[in-house]
Amino acid sequence: MAAVAEAPRAEPGRLGQFRTFARRNPTIVVGASLLSLMTLIAVAAGLIAGDAQFMNPSDRLRAPSAAHWFGTDNLGRDVYARTVFGARVSLAVGLAVATLSIAFGLVIGLVAGYYRRLDAVVMRFMDGLMAIPAILLAIALVSLNKASVGIVIVAISIPEIPRVVRLVRSVVLTTREQPFIEAAIGGGSRHRKIILRHILPSTIAPLIVQATYVMASAILTEAGLSFLGAGVPPEIPTWGNMIAASRLFLANAPWTIFFPGTCLALVVLAVNLMGDGLRDRLDPRLARRM
Amino acid sequence: MIAYIARRLLSMLPVVAIVAMFVFLLLHLAPGDPAAIIAGDNATPQNIAQIRTALGLDEPLWKQFLVWAGSLVRGDLGKSMFWNEPVATLIGQRAEPTVSLALTTLSVAVVLAITMGVTAAAKAGTALDRFVMGFAVFGFSVPVFVVGYLLIFVFAIALKWLPVQGYTPIAEGVAPWLRNLVLPSIALGLAYVALIARITRATMLDVLAEDYIRTGRAKGVASRPLLLKHALKNAAVPIVTVIGIGVALLIGGVVITETVFNIPGVGRLVVDAIARRDYPIIQGVIIVFSGIYVLVNLLVDLSYTLLDPRIRY
Repeated sequence: MAAVAEAPRAEPGRLGQFRTFARRNPTIVVGASLLSLMTLIAVAAGLIAGDAQFMNPSDRLRAPSAAHWFGTDNLGRDVYARTVFGARVSLAVGLAVATLSIAFGLVIGLVAGYYRRLDAVVMRFMDGLMAIPAILLAIALVSLNKASVGIVIVAISIPEIPRVVRLVRSVVLTTREQPFIEAAIGGGSRHRKIILRHILPSTIAPLIVQATYVMASAILTEAGLSFLGAGVPPEIPTWGNMIAASRLFLANAPWTIFFPGTCLALVVLAVNLMGDGLRDRLDPRLARRM
Repeated sequence: MIAYIARRLLSMLPVVAIVAMFVFLLLHLAPGDPAAIIAGDNATPQNIAQIRTALGLDEPLWKQFLVWAGSLVRGDLGKSMFWNEPVATLIGQRAEPTVSLALTTLSVAVVLAITMGVTAAAKAGTALDRFVMGFAVFGFSVPVFVVGYLLIFVFAIALKWLPVQGYTPIAEGVAPWLRNLVLPSIALGLAYVALIARITRATMLDVLAEDYIRTGRAKGVASRPLLLKHALKNAAVPIVTVIGIGVALLIGGVVITETVFNIPGVGRLVVDAIARRDYPIIQGVIIVFSGIYVLVNLLVDLSYTLLDPRIRY
């Protein structure tokens, strides 16, 4: 009886909590909703869109209509279906790059920040890597390998790593001077334990924020690489590939470019908004400034 | 000061050396035979052997690196496999459009972004401020090529105000040269403006909270000189730092912008090299662009003493 009475009271409480949260963090909520919607579209692509590869040469470059919501491209393929399936590659690449570069950057940054002897060597190497324009480094990596989604992910992750390393290292450098670290060393903790138990937790909040920015930049870089013909193989529908294939038809069939282009901008905007909102929430010192 | 500049120039060397080493190793640590990769799918064994000899791929790795680094120091970036011409010459021939695009974008973007950032900070919390910040997030999120095609569609195809694509050398007149650069500069500069406007606003907000600004206001300094002379001057160091770091954004964007607007510059040289697997060109352009980035950031470091007399080296 008591459990039944409690349940309805808990619901409005949570809803109220959510309302307060949404009022205080509008950017997180807007960004997260937009991103969830896009993720849902990507996951359910097979259910909500037809065949992305089906060509109908008699239906080339048709304007948006009831049959083809976003029109058709120069090979008579449905732009709506291709745009919906394109969400998969963009989001997958964004997530994979964020995960990979955060994982590697975290380990390297922890080691460089904690073991001072390694620091100078590691950081000089990172400076060198940072000096190489990300898109050119990715072009070089992709052009040396057979084009595939996996290579694109690795190629975009490598230039992102130094930025993560710098962030983690700076957090480690300030944290290691804190009295509780001294206490842990005095108490005889091993290095491993100090790094994992006492330093690692301080890096989590800034890394979450960083991960969103890495994801946004990875989605843009992937689209850019595919647009330049150095990304995902052209037969896979991605927003960058679609725009590259349609660019000669801009004057006659602008929908072939602007539908995938708008989706691309919306996804990146969603991730950036989430990043800004999370930063404001997790780092109040920065919130006032940016 | 001179000793400091010399020291900083020396400290550039390891960074440039690491870039060179990395670019070299990229080709040689790639899975598979680099000669076969460069030769492409339809290559005969003779083709592959020829490329291997041409690139010196038969030698031990350390020897190849020394030979390659030695010629690099002498300004020799190798030879293009497709054009059969030195990469340095090819880059030189295509430098004008790229430098024009980068400089017009840089100058317009910096002026615009600082104006936006200062205004937003001065009117913090108002609708104008929110508009500028909204624009900044938007600028970060829209890809260069989408903005580029949108601009072409509206201003060149629909309104016919500006040329669709292409480049006119400055030797043929400043006006036609500028007309061709307007749209590409806007497309390329959008993200850069967003970045600088954000940091300008943030730093200005910090400076405006300082005591000396309150003192200035109290003794009746007009708001324009107060903002520009007292506040902006003190906010200069972080802003200039971000202008330097953001050059990476411009360099990456140049490659895409030149493709969208069909500008025959260094970026196009690289993009054309991708399909042809003309690896020496990709290597050479990476080294040149990285060198420019390192140099720009060195200049930024040196400018600190001019901007802030408290910084002494």
